[in-house]
Amino acid sequence: MMKYESQAVAKPYFIAAIGLFIVQVLFGLIMATQYLIGDFMFPEIPFNVARMVHTNLLIVWLLFGFMGASYFLVPEESERELYSPKLALILFWTFLVAGALTVLGYLLVPYAGLAAMTGNDIWPTMGREFLEQPTITKIGIVVVVLGFIFNIGMTVLSGRKTVISVVLLTGLVGLAVFFLFAFYNPVNLVLDKFFWWWVVHLWVEGVWELILGAILAFVLIKVTGVDREVIEKWLYVIIAMALITGVIGTGHHYFFIGTPGYWLWLGSIFSALEPIPFFMMTLFAFNMVNRRRRDHANQAAVLWALGTAVLAFVGAGVWGFMHTLAPINYYTHGSQITAAHGHLAFFGAYALIVMTIISYAMPIIRGQAAAPAAAQRLEKWSFWLLASSMVTITLALTGAGVLQVWLQRMAEEPMSFMATQDSIAFFYWLRLAAGFVFTAGLFVYVASFFVGQKSAITTTK
Amino acid sequence: MSERFTKSMARNIYLGGGVFSLLLFFSLSYHTMGVLPERDHRHNITPEVVLGKKVWEDNNCVGCHTILGEGAYFAPELGNVYKRFGNSTEAIIGFIESRPVEGIPGRRSMPQFNLSREELVGIAEFLKWTSEINTNNWPPNIEG
Repeated sequence: MMKYESQAVAKPYFIAAIGLFIVQVLFGLIMATQYLIGDFMFPEIPFNVARMVHTNLLIVWLLFGFMGASYFLVPEESERELYSPKLALILFWTFLVAGALTVLGYLLVPYAGLAAMTGNDIWPTMGREFLEQPTITKIGIVVVVLGFIFNIGMTVLSGRKTVISVVLLTGLVGLAVFFLFAFYNPVNLVLDKFFWWWVVHLWVEGVWELILGAILAFVLIKVTGVDREVIEKWLYVIIAMALITGVIGTGHHYFFIGTPGYWLWLGSIFSALEPIPFFMMTLFAFNMVNRRRRDHANQAAVLWALGTAVLAFVGAGVWGFMHTLAPINYYTHGSQITAAHGHLAFFGAYALIVMTIISYAMPIIRGQAAAPAAAQRLEKWSFWLLASSMVTITLALTGAGVLQVWLQRMAEEPMSFMATQDSIAFFYWLRLAAGFVFTAGLFVYVASFFVGQKSAITTTK
Repeated sequence: MSERFTKSMARNIYLGGGVFSLLLFFSLSYHTMGVLPERDHRHNITPEVVLGKKVWEDNNCVGCHTILGEGAYFAPELGNVYKRFGNSTEAIIGFIESRPVEGIPGRRSMPQFNLSREELVGIAEFLKWTSEINTNNWPPNIEG
């Protein structure tokens, strides 16, 4: 049962997150097919359009997830109702409509036309990876995020301040601040790239880790009953290591874009240490679950939490380390190795933490202590389907990447890009097959919200 | 974690380490800003190059290609395409102009963007300028 009524505003956020996740994955399937059948859906949905939808929806559904998580956990941490549930709902619809319009714009109008329509000549910010949104959409994102932070901030500052809520708020403020660099687009490509990473890297390998840590810590307190003091100490150490390694670790993106040579050293050394906070997160999660003071009724949430810790470490930590040293990155930079790392890192760290908090919070919002047994069984099935297929996708792309690097960049007679792509098609078939399993896992996940509800023990009403 | 390692010690590492890292990062970035001009040869950014970058962005080229290794991995690296095409801007222009509207059956094909002559010259000059950035010798070979 919910401790505070206003926690319920998280529900539409979670539903939107899951819905957009499904659309994201469908566009992933389109792209995976285009890797093999080059003219699939061409020229109606060219690859670049599918990719914009795929990556932008990922970011948007994760943001919906972070917002939902915040609306759910902050009242409980602050021991008061949310400052304004109404504002939260207004911002929800604003964000959803703006996001939907942007995606429709990608799909229905040629990108150059969308740029012209939305005034990209006046303030050009479009056409950069992950920041493809029209400038007006970017302004909308800023408005929504500021309104959201105001709402959360007022709740946190006027209530009980816990380490979790303050760390979460710090992460959210950092998210907003670094996004502002999306508006800086100098004509000099090198400068453009340099500050582009202040959005992209300082988000996912910086402030987002604070948000991730805070949500994970919250769920672990709830499902294990371990003393808050212990969990908060772990949280501090984890985010300390995340910042100490990850901020200068930005340098691993400054190897080959025109920036000076000392970044080869700084980027290599610091980013080689970036697995440490993720490894600690794994130790943290398993330690807390082993030291649990109760067996929570929601064992599915425990599984998602442990899965987050493990796959974040493997995807972000191990797969990142694999190609982060400059002499290795010299050969792997911008290859399928990058794609492999990107997939498991985003899924392991960020998709799974959102699914963890949804798994914990959704039953409570629906007036249950935990989802019914049948629903939890399906949830666990979906976890294993999603996790194993994403690992397969990652291994397939890694295989593709290793071969690509060898054939195109290391062989005595290097092959052209397209000849190389043809030679590694086997791995792309494997990736596509795993993509279908992933999609199936996602549908099992959705189904888990609808089974066993009649037999559910409701704790409210 | 041991009892002697207290929560306030952990918090101090977080605050101290975080602030120190950010300050160090900002200082290094400041230094980089000072030495960049000789590496990015920005004095060669002509109005054509400026237009070319705009055309690059307005058509979301980075949605398929990488440029200096960043972007999508669906189509060839373009940071060094000027050199790969025999140091010829006309070869780049010819390639872009000749893309079939309906694509190539079964194959990946670049869309036909219907660019004006001015835009074509811009994009080619932008790619030429990009190929002359000091990238610590990346990519490893001409194939990108």
